[in-house]
Amino acid sequence: MADLSEGGVARPSRTGALLLASAFVVATCGLIYELLAGTLASYLLGDSVTQFSIIIGTYLFAMGMGSWCSRYVRKNELVTFVRVEVLIAAIGGCSAALLFLLFDRVQDFRLPLYGLVLAIGFLVGLEIPLLMRILKDRLEFSDLVSKVLTFDYVGALAASLLFPLLLVPHLGLIRTGFLFGLFNVGVAIAVILMLPQRRRMTIELVVAILVAIVLAAGFVASEKIERTAEVAAYGDPIIYADATPYQRIVITKRANDLRLFLNGNLQFSSRDEYRYHEALVHPVLSRVANPRDVLVLGGGDGLAVREILKYPGVRSVTLVDLDPAMTTLFRKSSMLVALNHGSLLSPKVHVITADAFSWLRTNRTKFDAVLVDFPDPTNFAIGKLYTISFYRELARALNPGAMISVQSTSPLVAPKAYWTVATTLEAAGLTTRGYHVYVPSFGEWGFVLASNGPIGAPGALPAGLRFLTPRVDTLAFFFPPDMARRPTPVNRLDNQALVREFDAEWSVFEG
Amino acid sequence: MPTRRTVIAGSIAGAAAIGAGAIALAPHDETIPGTLSGADFRRGHRLRGGNFPEPSETVRTRVAIVGGGVAGLAAAWTLADAGVQDFRLLELEDRTGGNARSGRNDVSAYPLGAHYLPLPNAEAKGVIHLLEQLGIITGWQGDKPVYDSYQLVSDPEERLLYLGKWQEGLVPQKGLSEVDVHDLKAFFAAMKAYEGRRDAQGRPAFAIPMELSSRDPDLLALDKLSFAQWLDQQGWHSSVLRAHVRYACRDDYGTEPDQVSAWAGVHYFASRRGHAANADPDTMLTWPEGNGHLVGRMAARLKDHFDCGRIIHRVARTDKGAQIDALDVASGRGIRVEADAVVLATPHFVSARLTADAPSATGFDYAPWVVAAVTVDRVPAGPGFEVAWDNVSWTSRSLGYVVDTHQSLDRVPRATVLSWYLPLSDLAPADARRELLERPLDYWQDMVRDDLLRTNPDLKGAIRRIDVWRWGHAMIRPVPGYFWDGRREAAAAPRPPLFFAHSDLSGLSLFEEAQYRGIRAAEDTMTHLSIPYRSVLT
Repeated sequence: MADLSEGGVARPSRTGALLLASAFVVATCGLIYELLAGTLASYLLGDSVTQFSIIIGTYLFAMGMGSWCSRYVRKNELVTFVRVEVLIAAIGGCSAALLFLLFDRVQDFRLPLYGLVLAIGFLVGLEIPLLMRILKDRLEFSDLVSKVLTFDYVGALAASLLFPLLLVPHLGLIRTGFLFGLFNVGVAIAVILMLPQRRRMTIELVVAILVAIVLAAGFVASEKIERTAEVAAYGDPIIYADATPYQRIVITKRANDLRLFLNGNLQFSSRDEYRYHEALVHPVLSRVANPRDVLVLGGGDGLAVREILKYPGVRSVTLVDLDPAMTTLFRKSSMLVALNHGSLLSPKVHVITADAFSWLRTNRTKFDAVLVDFPDPTNFAIGKLYTISFYRELARALNPGAMISVQSTSPLVAPKAYWTVATTLEAAGLTTRGYHVYVPSFGEWGFVLASNGPIGAPGALPAGLRFLTPRVDTLAFFFPPDMARRPTPVNRLDNQALVREFDAEWSVFEG
Repeated sequence: MPTRRTVIAGSIAGAAAIGAGAIALAPHDETIPGTLSGADFRRGHRLRGGNFPEPSETVRTRVAIVGGGVAGLAAAWTLADAGVQDFRLLELEDRTGGNARSGRNDVSAYPLGAHYLPLPNAEAKGVIHLLEQLGIITGWQGDKPVYDSYQLVSDPEERLLYLGKWQEGLVPQKGLSEVDVHDLKAFFAAMKAYEGRRDAQGRPAFAIPMELSSRDPDLLALDKLSFAQWLDQQGWHSSVLRAHVRYACRDDYGTEPDQVSAWAGVHYFASRRGHAANADPDTMLTWPEGNGHLVGRMAARLKDHFDCGRIIHRVARTDKGAQIDALDVASGRGIRVEADAVVLATPHFVSARLTADAPSATGFDYAPWVVAAVTVDRVPAGPGFEVAWDNVSWTSRSLGYVVDTHQSLDRVPRATVLSWYLPLSDLAPADARRELLERPLDYWQDMVRDDLLRTNPDLKGAIRRIDVWRWGHAMIRPVPGYFWDGRREAAAAPRPPLFFAHSDLSGLSLFEEAQYRGIRAAEDTMTHLSIPYRSVLT
């Protein structure tokens, strides 16, 4: 057993080797944490050159501060080394998980990001000088510097090769963080155990073991963490993220695929959204004799409006959306304006920022067609927008012969929830017909057509549609047995049957 | 197997621990804005001292109603419905409404007491009639009323923080022992049986109004026992069942189960048979201001008849009718009211002081409560089930909180007011009332804040203000014997031209009971005065 205390007889071969190996581990882990932070920042905040550059700069600066501060450690270098090692393990190991979890829960993500980078850099910077001082009695100075720095740089190489080739593709960011935290704390535990019994740092050992347990638990639970921190689950690079008072808006882009997520739920993929929006709009508008005034509830992305404006007879489109951030985004961003053909900038379009239910209760205008494009009923607040009380208010806003289309989740995944929407519309006194289309990024998707009059065959469709034809329209109303109509309750404010069914059916589907 | 004693001992230990925790947790530097108010006890307590000025003015009215709570308002409503114009309603406070009073700030209206009305049973004809008049019942499908859907409590109604997680409903569903599962099942089956039971005359075993309940001897015999004793007799010792029952007794009666008559205990679980064409049978009506909505709408029609700020100190029969002596708080002058008949819509302990015609108030015991309106920047969250209307923590001394903006249709997350309820049932009523008088605002605020943050740590930093409301005599305590040993009936018996109207006379502090007593007293008054009317009770 080596004894590192003053006056003890050390066996440099073993202890020295361990400490040099720890230089390697410390360097590797340090760089891994830096790479994690950089990758995470460019993934979440976009603009990877800026992110990496700032992270590297911050990290190196913090290391410098740490090195400088090492002078204030006057004695017990080994104890400090072990403590710092445990601290790095805890902070660095959890950093990726922590940053993902914090991303959409904090006002300014940069604060925790750079805070963590500074902390880790500082601690790593503190460590190398400490290590050199611990080893100074065991090695020649020139030998010491050359060995420590060699291990340090070799560690850096190992990290920078492992990270992109092995770790990110196979382990993912969160798990990589926990794994290297375990290496860090492993070094600390090994050093403590190398010490003779009477010099054991009991408290440090207990803390180190606790940290190891937490990190191991995090490693095992990393998939669950990933699901909780939904931003970690986006497959594609995030080019825009904003937490508004109403929802979390995320836009990702890979090649020509632009995707919008609200609260982690996919709203559209630019590759196939035309299928969804043509199916939402045209079965309704083509069945109204001469649609002039159209109401859109939800749909702040302007994609449904784009389809509506294909009818030259439409003189006004009223769009009611909750979140001004959405409608502003889809009016200002050139990439998004290209997608919705600048529909929200049309003089025919009136954007109203309001809660749809309250707005509808006070509304006195009547419409020829209404497109209801709310998010899926994933919580009770949204569930209210699918109730009989809501549809009664909606029915009051219809001109004779007006048509409504309601996006109604997947009739394949959640047939009971889907048909609940139809049952509820009927209970509000409307005639309904269900239809569905295939949207690759969503799967089989359902809508319910409703009217205060009979629902007939479609009229003429505008030119230039990519998906909907009269034949496709006809087929969309046919339901195979696995999606066929079934008896359902009426969704009311006081029973929220839809939210409960939706949750039951989708959780079976998603496991 | 835990017995009642161990459960109660546990809860006292829990309360003590919470108290100790509160001291340790309370930061001393921050003060939370808020007010300390309540029923005006200074005016009420003047009755004890006597020494009122001689009347310097006499006014005449045909019917005088003393007390502007639900019973008094219902009496006035009934008179107005019958076309009686000449009546006055005298109220001690500056506002009518009694236990159903409410407050309002820039975030929301909030109840100060009663906060909901269960769907009325078919026999609660007075309530159904009122709800039709107010447009809350919008029509009928067969024998089932159709309710205005915006006034039915929105789903989800209730959630319970149990073993660190919120679950739906108020009865724990997970983490139960075999005994718990068995006893809960047996208990609720027994309650279901009572709920469906009718006697030979077709009366329900437990009715609302309670006056219409069956008089079968085995049912009345329940009144001789406490609810805890009755549960012991059944052999149901499950700690989960006993704690749930304790919650129920404190919730409706402000009283511990070993002090609640078993008749009242079963009544709580077996009397609700309200149904609707457009709602589940066991649901409720609610408003941001609670039952303040109902009394507010009643007062809007009747307000020209109100004389508020009147301390009534004597009610006596005369050869021509009745005489009321009052102090007008504003002017300090004595006023005499002469009336052909008087409806005393005051709690019985007050009525007994006002008139020699009322029997003694011995055996009439009242539960003190604290209600807090907590304004918060965001709606509470927490692990597990989403926030509900009523949110209860299994381990809290309080009954939890109601989200007063629950009925809002908006998706926008925003500030809200939480109504926090605490019956001081773990103290003797007199000691609790002393606490209410002596403790300063910050004592109650700290209690409310610590309790709320323990239940919802997510509200840390979000509490904007805490307004505390004290009820010294919030409700009658339905102790064993209260219902059927004669004292209640004696207090309820009319002494023309004096007619008594208060939920005390039912022993259940419920809107339905107070309203029933008010209607009955008004109808008896009109019979006595030979005023034609059409009864809404038959």
